Amino acid sequence: MRGDVQIGLFVLLLVVAGTSGEMLVSRAMKEIGEVTSFRPGAILRVVGRALGSGWMWSGLLMMALAFFSLLVLLSRANVSFVVPVTALSYVAAAVGGRWFLGEQVSVNRWVGVCLVCAGVALVWAG
Amino acid sequence: MPSGENPRGQQLRVKTGVLILLMVVFGSAGDTLMGKGMRVVGPPAEWSAGAVGTFLRHAMASLTVWTAFACLLLFFLSYMLVLTWADFSYVLPASAASYAVVPLLGHFFLGETVTAIRWCGVVLIALGVALVGNTPPRTTEHVGDVAQTRVAAAAAKAD
Repeated sequence: MRGDVQIGLFVLLLVVAGTSGEMLVSRAMKEIGEVTSFRPGAILRVVGRALGSGWMWSGLLMMALAFFSLLVLLSRANVSFVVPVTALSYVAAAVGGRWFLGEQVSVNRWVGVCLVCAGVALVWAG
Repeated sequence: MPSGENPRGQQLRVKTGVLILLMVVFGSAGDTLMGKGMRVVGPPAEWSAGAVGTFLRHAMASLTVWTAFACLLLFFLSYMLVLTWADFSYVLPASAASYAVVPLLGHFFLGETVTAIRWCGVVLIALGVALVGNTPPRTTEHVGDVAQTRVAAAAAKAD
């Protein structure tokens, strides 16, 4: 397999696995509800409750896949290329947040997300 | 969700801001250190189970990779906490300041070349982040509140 094809495939894996992993984790954390105390004991209890959720484990599995892709990409390319490329997940995040988590994404947020994406495209081109 | 003018909304905004700052600091440091560590490790020699295993073993033998991993764990903890009250589609773009910080760190600490076009991209990202930061952190009710909200909405409709 050629190097750039491999990089493309791992970018795809990183974006898809990373975004779906984050959405699954987000869903698990929303079921727990808002954290009001930041004492270590309280934080540990929140982590414990999170680890009891099936959504959390599915999310962690996807994030592990994304993490492996990140390791492979960073072994081949500069961080100033790899990290901006991961922002391709913004489109997926806004769409996923809207349709999977039922969040209302305002026009301002959409414009912000589009600006970030345009910026990322320039960073990539540069 | 009130738009942030009342004390409760303001408190939520401050709490969210601090946690997002922690995400940016630990996330950027983690990514930069991971880049430094993995550059030394190098890519897998081939795509066999043995070669991938060797690749992962080499990565796990690097102190830089472990330091990066610790930073990313702290990033993940901040991320999990902020997601218990703020929207995913708010947190992810708002934490995008890392995209401005990582090229800076890559340039100054790892000696990477960052072109003028790439810096223009960084400015656009910062503008996008500022815009997203001006929207309220939460637009959805807690899962437990949803039924109540629906009942209230149905009652309002009946009126």
